[in-house]
Amino acid sequence: MAFVDDDRLHFRPRLRFLRPLPPAGNDTASGLMLPAADLARPGLPAARSARLRSSSWILLAAVLVSLFALLPLAFIVWVAVQTGWETVATLVFRPRVGELLVNTLLLVVLAVPISIVLSVALAWLTERSDLPGARLWAWLSVAPLAIPAFVHSYAWITLVPGLHGLWAGVLVSVIAYFPFLYLPVAAALRRLDPALEDTAAALGLGPWRVFTRVVLPQLRLAICGGSLLVGLHLLAEYGLYVFIRFDTFTTAIVDQFQSTFNGPAANMLAAVLVTCCFVLLGLEVLVRGEERYARVGSGAARQQQRTRLGRATLPCLALPVITTLLALGVPFITIGRWLIAGGADVWRLDEIGLALGQTLFLALAGALLATVAAMPMAWISIRAPGPLQRILEGCNYIVGSLPGVVVALALVTITVRIALPLYQTLFTILVAYALMFLPRALISLRASIAQAPVELERAAASLGRPPLKALWSTTIRLSAPGAAAGMALVALGIMNELTATQMLAPNGTRTLAMAFWSYSGEIDYASAAPYAFIMVAMSLPLTWLLYVQSKRMAGR
Amino acid sequence: MSFLEITDVHKHYGPVAALAGVDLSVTSGSRTAIVGPSGCGKTTLLRLIAGFEAPDRGRIVLDGEVLANGGAAVPAHRRGIGVVAQDGALFPHLSIADNIGFGMARGEDKRTERIVELAYIVGLDKAILRRRPHELSGGQQQRVALARAMAMKPRLMLLDEPFSALDTGLRASMRKAVAELLETAGITTILVTHDQAEALSFASQVAVMRDGLFSQVGTPRELYLQPKDRMIAEFLGDAIILPAKIADGFASSPLGRIAVDTKERRDVARIMLRPEQVLLKRTSREGMSGTPEMLFGEVTESEFAGSMCTIAVRLLNSPDPPDAAAIGNTPLILRKPGMDAPVVGEIVRLTVSGKAHVFA
Repeated sequence: MAFVDDDRLHFRPRLRFLRPLPPAGNDTASGLMLPAADLARPGLPAARSARLRSSSWILLAAVLVSLFALLPLAFIVWVAVQTGWETVATLVFRPRVGELLVNTLLLVVLAVPISIVLSVALAWLTERSDLPGARLWAWLSVAPLAIPAFVHSYAWITLVPGLHGLWAGVLVSVIAYFPFLYLPVAAALRRLDPALEDTAAALGLGPWRVFTRVVLPQLRLAICGGSLLVGLHLLAEYGLYVFIRFDTFTTAIVDQFQSTFNGPAANMLAAVLVTCCFVLLGLEVLVRGEERYARVGSGAARQQQRTRLGRATLPCLALPVITTLLALGVPFITIGRWLIAGGADVWRLDEIGLALGQTLFLALAGALLATVAAMPMAWISIRAPGPLQRILEGCNYIVGSLPGVVVALALVTITVRIALPLYQTLFTILVAYALMFLPRALISLRASIAQAPVELERAAASLGRPPLKALWSTTIRLSAPGAAAGMALVALGIMNELTATQMLAPNGTRTLAMAFWSYSGEIDYASAAPYAFIMVAMSLPLTWLLYVQSKRMAGR
Repeated sequence: MSFLEITDVHKHYGPVAALAGVDLSVTSGSRTAIVGPSGCGKTTLLRLIAGFEAPDRGRIVLDGEVLANGGAAVPAHRRGIGVVAQDGALFPHLSIADNIGFGMARGEDKRTERIVELAYIVGLDKAILRRRPHELSGGQQQRVALARAMAMKPRLMLLDEPFSALDTGLRASMRKAVAELLETAGITTILVTHDQAEALSFASQVAVMRDGLFSQVGTPRELYLQPKDRMIAEFLGDAIILPAKIADGFASSPLGRIAVDTKERRDVARIMLRPEQVLLKRTSREGMSGTPEMLFGEVTESEFAGSMCTIAVRLLNSPDPPDAAAIGNTPLILRKPGMDAPVVGEIVRLTVSGKAHVFA
């Protein structure tokens, strides 16, 4: 501590005589708060054991759900072991796999950075500048999510029939998936403490350097999370790339599955795809690091000032306008054109009604199952966090990031080999949905349980409710809006799901997405248009929900 | 010769006038405190000086250089003015060392040594330099923010309620230490606070702000003992305000004949005393008899609060009883040392020390 070496005191001659401030050892404000928090714990042994009993039930449920969620992973490992190294090697190390790997890699390497640049620029314009109509542009930057990726692709291919290959894939991927980056980046920008930028300016940094040295580093978490999401979607997407005839692992697996059912070739491709997903997950963890970017300090942050664009307003306005034209204009124009071209004939109401009913039923049932399955996990992660909980939660997220085709392949193989009566039943498809969309339900539930104070649960217990009833009458009731939001997001995912539904749904099932897919596969674009229209119309309100939710959870 | 000169500065937010014509002059190397209730515009003024915002009207001149004139303003990063914000505003993505070195040129020689030295000067251990802001306590964060602002060798240092997040004991010692540090370094300082004790003890010049205007600017002593009006008097501390007749440098008031700080003669005036000017001496009812020129009172309430004790004294024999309807027999509220304070029912003799201040 006593580090005063005279020749080091070159900073300002007069400082040599400065008496340093007293050491900072007596800043104990935060230390004093700890015992108080401890006192708040219930001290009675009886109460404690009752709590433990109820939470151990919940823990058991969470462990079961997580184990179940690990099924697809276990399947991959089991298949690899069963097949034997020789066969695995011949199936994996062949030119076709290399080709797919290069394709997939190029797609990710090109589409993700472009999406990052586009999203950061849009987020800055809508959140931090005085762009006219900023709120409208903000919502329009989220709205492309309402359009399933394969509908984007359908719109482009009918508008520009010659659109094929890598660059077409990059273009449509960016347009379909950039909102996954825009949402967290915009939310993070909105929550940045403007005092930091003021301080940097006072320390002599010009506006551009303030952005690169203070603002951009703080967006790192949001950019990492969003990039991961975009990357995983690129790996999992099927319909989009079929339209523009660009081969990725997912399209190859489905092709393989359709020609040879669940042969080892498809399974091994799936194993490579899963490895790619893990590489992405690991990469994100590496880049993100152990950072904490929350605001340091207390009190409410000052209102942010918006940068005046001045003469740059018009050129800046071009970016959201062009983006909206490409991401919303093209699909709407195409769908509209086909609807007009098809006239009243394409509205085969009995068929559409059936598909709509089936889709809604699957979406709601799947959402309910996913939410119920997520509840124990969400409760534990807020009320009783610990190492076990972190492992369990990690399992759920990893499985949620697996492509639908892998989950479907795993369930097909397992039901065919072990429980044939369950193959292509409602039960299996709902389980697949729950596995795939568990993280969506989990995130919403966790956020809303975090807002329901534990004191209420305790108060209910002290008023004579047994633990599970206390839980029901307080926390679960209070988290109902969050649960509903989570269910809506899961339902949105299920509604636009194609790959797993095709592989797992009971015979005769025809969801909106499936009907759309089969019509457009027969190049009957006009008949496909009503289905696309209904999917978009039903998803559009849900994107608003996503937008609102991202505002609330900006910190994550 | 004034170092910072602020002339007729206006700032509006929509229809709300945050600053309505502020003038202030600060001499080189001095410490100025701007004090006022929250929402009075003091932080806005600070932001204008720092260059985070531009005034609607008026001039800000620092050391002969015009920083703002009407709408035209030098941007913050070209002003060389240090700012320490309320909660430190440390960069959460940088280590403490990088926070302190943020304003230095990247290739600056002996950068590391300077960071270590600055940390030492603000009383931070070297080991802390590798940590992240969220691992530090509130007091430590403020020290880092101060070191970071000093690293750029600012011409002027602006402190925006930097001590308000600290707990009481730490606050006083930090304030004193920071004042000495900046004084020795010869950095002109402006402190914004809503805590009047902090303003009075920190600064050589105090400016009281209200509704976007300075109501009074002067030395702490001047402001405390000779406030312009009742609002300022009560904002800066407890005050006893009495009606009085003034002549020949004395006031006749409910507390008897008291020396005042003016020679003029007025029949209707209000005078102000600080409670600590009223001295109490224990006596008894018997002691009152036969001394009509002396002033006595009875303790009607007493509230013990550790070192200090608040007591209420009702006058028993005011020589110049005020109009009963106007004032009644309102007891005087005084703060006395908790040790040996008179208890309820005791009779005390009151005397006034020093001069009373006459409101204009």
